[in-house]
Amino acid sequence: MKLGRSVFVIGLALVPLGCAIAPSNDQIASQATAMLQASFKATGQAGLDRLNQDETQRVCSELAPGKAPAKEVAEKIEKLNLATIRYPADGKLLGDWRNGEKIAQEGRGKQFSDDVAGPVGANCYACHQLTPQELSFGTIGPSLYQFAKLRGYGADTQRYAYGKIFNADAFAACSTMPRFGHNQILTDQQIKDVTALLMDPQSPVNK
Amino acid sequence: MPDFSRRGSWLVALLTLAAIPPVLAQGSTVDEIAKYRAALQDGNPAELWEARGEELWKQKRGPRQVSLEQCDLGLGAGVVKGAYARLPRYFADADRVMDLETRLVWCMVAQQGYTEADAKKSPFGNGNAKKSDIEALVAYITSESRGVPMNVSLAHPKEAAMYRIGEKMFYFRGGPHDFGCVTCHGEDGKRIRLQDLPNLTKVEGAQKAYTTWPAYRVSQGELRTFQWRLYDCFRQQRFPELLYGSDASIALTMFLARNANGAAFDAPAIKR
Repeated sequence: MKLGRSVFVIGLALVPLGCAIAPSNDQIASQATAMLQASFKATGQAGLDRLNQDETQRVCSELAPGKAPAKEVAEKIEKLNLATIRYPADGKLLGDWRNGEKIAQEGRGKQFSDDVAGPVGANCYACHQLTPQELSFGTIGPSLYQFAKLRGYGADTQRYAYGKIFNADAFAACSTMPRFGHNQILTDQQIKDVTALLMDPQSPVNK
Repeated sequence: MPDFSRRGSWLVALLTLAAIPPVLAQGSTVDEIAKYRAALQDGNPAELWEARGEELWKQKRGPRQVSLEQCDLGLGAGVVKGAYARLPRYFADADRVMDLETRLVWCMVAQQGYTEADAKKSPFGNGNAKKSDIEALVAYITSESRGVPMNVSLAHPKEAAMYRIGEKMFYFRGGPHDFGCVTCHGEDGKRIRLQDLPNLTKVEGAQKAYTTWPAYRVSQGELRTFQWRLYDCFRQQRFPELLYGSDASIALTMFLARNANGAAFDAPAIKR
């Protein structure tokens, strides 16, 4: 106790002599937030409000690379996001897989350079393998080739696929996948079409 | 037992057959792209930008009709050799941490007498329709650091703070897609479509990426600077438009440049 206190006193005495104290983590974080606000301009459909984080984004920005959040944190984020999922009122989760394939290919949408009236896609192939015909696919997400063939075509899997596209963080906190329904990137019909691409037995994904 | 194993091996054979066509085809696509990239290295049009940039550096220009040879890039007025490998850095005359492009704008304003708006008017060229003087100047100045080991200092408190702020921004996730730099650049061996992504959270990844910008982009017919690289990454992240020479752009550049320390600078490069 006594030793700790004298170390503390020496430490205080050194401050005026030495260099400035390094800013705390919180100070750096608030400087970063202010600096971001001053470093962008609103263009097209992308306003400065896009720099305001919601709770999920704020918590997920604190993670070390490749690290999952702690169990309690993950459960909280997943619960929060699960509550946002809205399933279609008519109960039909599968649209047209052919439209789903177009949406999976389309990379435009929501960029400041994009026409607001132009197409908005999900750009699934940027990160996932889907149909065996498309060789140009990314690997940030897992392969979804034979998605339903491997998992089954049942109602539970359909609900999972629709919900995952609507809000990926409901099932895996701090997922790298966008929350397409929650953040209104895709319409309900588009989510149904992409769900069909994964779930329809006729979809090339399941061939 | 024999029956079981025969059935097992048949199953393995079937699964292998099912898996082979896409994997093989993909392997050959990736091989072809590797060949294409190797072929690109034979000649780099960036040399045209470098030559034009050297002329611009030495020409008397602007309202005051002086050359940039009095511009201090950190190693003394007019010293170009090795300057880029030590940027960004703190400049006492501006009381600000600056990257190369911000510093060039500062010299054009303070020494050549341009307005800031004029100096920043054309940071990114658009083919033959609109050429950017800054892209040419950057090509020339960076080429004078080729082979020089990256050596970015954090000795000044403002440099150290910029590095830490840049690190925070790297992990900042936002916008309608929840994207941050870390979304695409946080793991080894990932791709977007067929484009390999460097893992910028590791020294080797940061070194390989940072030392190969600026680059002549074949797909755009333009030489692109590091400011452009950040600008276009944020566009695809669905963020608002990054301001040229903004502090956020300098903070991120500081984070990545410092992480590249020790690696020999190797640009202007040529990329797809």
